Amino acid sequence: MAELDALERAILNRLQRGLPLLAEPFAAVAEELGCSQEELLVRLQRLLADGVLTRFGPLYNAERLGGGLTLAAMAVPQDELERVAARVNAFPEVAHNYAREHRYNLWFVLATESRQRVGEVIAAIEADTGYPVLDLPKLEEYGLELYLPV
Amino acid sequence: MNTLGVEDRALIALLQEGLPLCPHPYALLAERLGWDEAAVRAAIARLQADGVIRRFGVVVRHHELGYRANAMVVWDVPDAEVDAVGERLARWPGVNLCYRRTRRPPRWPYNLFCMLHGRERAEVEARIAELRRALDLERYPYAVLFSLRRHQQRGARFAGLPPREVAHG
Repeated sequence: MAELDALERAILNRLQRGLPLLAEPFAAVAEELGCSQEELLVRLQRLLADGVLTRFGPLYNAERLGGGLTLAAMAVPQDELERVAARVNAFPEVAHNYAREHRYNLWFVLATESRQRVGEVIAAIEADTGYPVLDLPKLEEYGLELYLPV
Repeated sequence: MNTLGVEDRALIALLQEGLPLCPHPYALLAERLGWDEAAVRAAIARLQADGVIRRFGVVVRHHELGYRANAMVVWDVPDAEVDAVGERLARWPGVNLCYRRTRRPPRWPYNLFCMLHGRERAEVEARIAELRRALDLERYPYAVLFSLRRHQQRGARFAGLPPREVAHG
């Protein structure tokens, strides 16, 4: 687990809420946090290099860019889980893949170049692994927020 | 819903690499695109307002920040009630990414999904019990699926753009 100082915690909490659309956005955030702009930029570089942040910038709505997106689940016997997870991960469209505690124990997000490709990839995963896949597309969004205070 | 033009797509592709970490990041993007700086900021504001950009800021790796107890909580809520319940659930503090999804009966009866992230399982379980009481959800069938391990957290490729991070579905 990453060791963070008070300033790094403040930076992560503040920037999970977004960045102002000003000509000098980092200067504005630095002023809010009571540090210099240079210090803020150095810390952000470090957090990226350490892998605490995966990126800094926009999170896109895949559907609006013409892509397909769904949440998928599989029920796999425990002694097969590692093998099946590795097979699933071999598909480049698999973006997140988690084992979870449930009869449906393998959960992943599929992000595809087009909407109709979702069904094709699911069929390919079923054929490749020998297990059926639940396709659980989103119907409505009530909360998009992902805020993890540190 | 507006269709994305060539100019929007150029900005989207460039921003996908992440915002430059420098004093005038939008000016640097403008230089690369051959636009002026105000036009870049106006285009980003419009893409946010249109919902093409969902969030603009940092994407953290929750495991690296000590969030080890991460629960997906799912409910089976009658279709006539799910919008009202979903709106209330999404506003509850600590509830992340609240969506309605397709049911797959009889294998999967649940239609309302959200995430709760925490450091200890007992703390997350207590928060789930609290919100079930407070939001009057105790009458709905539900399930809690804690994550055991991460097999993959990486970008994905689509629409000819470079690899990127996506939200949890």
